[in-house]
Amino acid sequence: MAALVLLVAIVLYLGYAKGFGAVQYVQLVLDGIRGGSIYALIALGFVVVFNVTGIINFAQGGFVMSGAMLAVAFNNLDLPLPPALQLALAVVFGVAGTTVIGALVERLTIFPARHSHTLTLIIITVGVYIFMQGMALLVWGANAYNLPAFSSLALEDQILRSGGIMLKAQSLWIWGTLAVVLVGLYFFFERTILGKALRACAINRRAAELMGINPSRMSLLSFAMAAALGAIGGVVLSPATRPIYDMGLKLGLKGFIAAIMGGMVSSPGAVVGGILLGVLENVAAGVTRAGFKDIFAFVVLILILLFRPQGIIGGGERGVEQ
Amino acid sequence: MQREGWRRHQISIGIGVFAIVIFLLGWLEMAQPMGFEFSDITGGIVTFDTLIRVGLLTTVVVGLNMLMGHAGQISLGQAGFYAIGAYVSAIMTTKAANRGINVLFPGAIGEDWWWPWLMILAGMVITGGIAYLIGRPVLRLKGHYLAMGTLGVGLIIFVLFREGGTFTGAADGVGSVPRLSIGSFEFWPRDRYYFLVWAVALAVMWLSLNIVNSRVGRGLRAIEGSELAAQTMGVDIEKFKLQVFVLSTVYASIAGSLYAHYQTLVNPTPFGFVGSLDLVIMAALGGLASIWGAPFGVAIVYVIKEVLRARLSTLLRGAGGEHEIIIFGLLLVLIMIFMPQGLSYAAGRAFAWLRNPSRREREEPLDRLPEKAT
Repeated sequence: MAALVLLVAIVLYLGYAKGFGAVQYVQLVLDGIRGGSIYALIALGFVVVFNVTGIINFAQGGFVMSGAMLAVAFNNLDLPLPPALQLALAVVFGVAGTTVIGALVERLTIFPARHSHTLTLIIITVGVYIFMQGMALLVWGANAYNLPAFSSLALEDQILRSGGIMLKAQSLWIWGTLAVVLVGLYFFFERTILGKALRACAINRRAAELMGINPSRMSLLSFAMAAALGAIGGVVLSPATRPIYDMGLKLGLKGFIAAIMGGMVSSPGAVVGGILLGVLENVAAGVTRAGFKDIFAFVVLILILLFRPQGIIGGGERGVEQ
Repeated sequence: MQREGWRRHQISIGIGVFAIVIFLLGWLEMAQPMGFEFSDITGGIVTFDTLIRVGLLTTVVVGLNMLMGHAGQISLGQAGFYAIGAYVSAIMTTKAANRGINVLFPGAIGEDWWWPWLMILAGMVITGGIAYLIGRPVLRLKGHYLAMGTLGVGLIIFVLFREGGTFTGAADGVGSVPRLSIGSFEFWPRDRYYFLVWAVALAVMWLSLNIVNSRVGRGLRAIEGSELAAQTMGVDIEKFKLQVFVLSTVYASIAGSLYAHYQTLVNPTPFGFVGSLDLVIMAALGGLASIWGAPFGVAIVYVIKEVLRARLSTLLRGAGGEHEIIIFGLLLVLIMIFMPQGLSYAAGRAFAWLRNPSRREREEPLDRLPEKAT
């Protein structure tokens, strides 16, 4: 608690030295929540795979990148469609294509090695990520691309202003998407047989198998879901950033840290962790230097591992015991 | 397990044979009999410079092999510890020596020949200390938390060096690092440095082989078999894991210092996440639990890199040297699926089969990554 007060004091002092007022802080927090919502989507993918298979899926960042890049590629096609329809189709294409990729990754790499040590499987996902990034570099080159903003359908996004605070319309799309995904996941896990089977597999794989649930199919499903979640994050983020072949590395790692903050096994924890991480790093970078932005996320990671490995929020001991 | 007859000296014999090979390669470069250079063996693709780099990274990968194969933990930030060694050596022998140390202590000890060696030690202590501080709490947790911790530490170190301003030279790095010498004997030209690098690599391999076959090694194997059983038999799991982790980072630091004195320029580029991944690939290729696999894993990765750089554009249209990561990703996945114990283990099995195709493996090899219990 004392450390927290000290931390806030340091932030306030640094902000004061830079002449920050309440407006700047609100702005930083708002932008942080936007980035954090993306981390939350990515973190949900980590949690789904970890819960069902015990694998830390380092290919998750690759799914984010592939979602964004596929959407951009589709949108840049010369089709006789109204721009709004083409963008909508591009979004669907990005997410659906990546879901297929996720399923393929599970069938081609994880399934053949399913009897191996977890360490081996984790290294496999690292290899998959490297491969995906390399393929993206080969197909799309090292250029950064653009995806038009969802509201204005142009590169210039609409900006809502109120009392000195700016909010890009795309932020609203991001929050809306996160909300829809959360409601969808809730219904999937609580109201469908498939979702309940997935949960059963997460709670006790052996018992689930005895109840007639096929763990190999659940593993496939978890990877496909993780890919879809990552791709959704990548697609809605694209207009606010510029998609590039190596974007997955940083986003994947941040999403992973968010998942750890939530205890690695809890979906609500992952969402709270993601948003918290986004706000933390944005405010910290705002009061210090933009170049240090990435450091804060990893400092948070180390602190969590040292002091609260079970996650900030709930999470429980299972993630630690796994 | 007590080995019989000549097998009792297996480690020393193996190291000796390996040392002779290393010496012959070095001699080839130094003496150049009949104008035949080392690089002619491979038609100019693999140069003597590559051989020195293989030696440097072998030192790092041996540590990683012990950590992954014997302690069952993975480090995704080993390049960060490599970086600490390199930067401590580089900064302390250039800027600090010129500005700080020589002013504080009259007599210019910063220019004495032993100062760089002392700084290699300092780098080892600093690296080991950081590893200890991270490893002690994290290794108490079950599961792959060390991977995440090292990932974070590695990236923090990388960003700190990149954003370090004039102190670390930011993206340009630290230049004009002096060569190593003992008295007036300088480890340069290149072939002299080659022998120094490989002497260190061989020493590290010898030390690790002995650790693996000692009480600590047996304890580690017991952990690999079953943590619970090992704990019941009085094996201090956390202590053993921590020792191996700290040792592996100290190896990385030594190699980093030697790299700084070889390259004479240290910049952040090779020490990022991709650098750490390269090291993991090398360790996995050679064989996760095999010390002997380390030099071969490193060498194979280097050879593939050099060959791809020269030939990739003919294999894949429009591909350049930077596309080599596609092959490495594929290679890593395939090896982990089809021979998770690495190439050295596969080669050993093939050799045993050649000697006696009818006989099954009589004893399970010791350096085996266990299957998952379920």
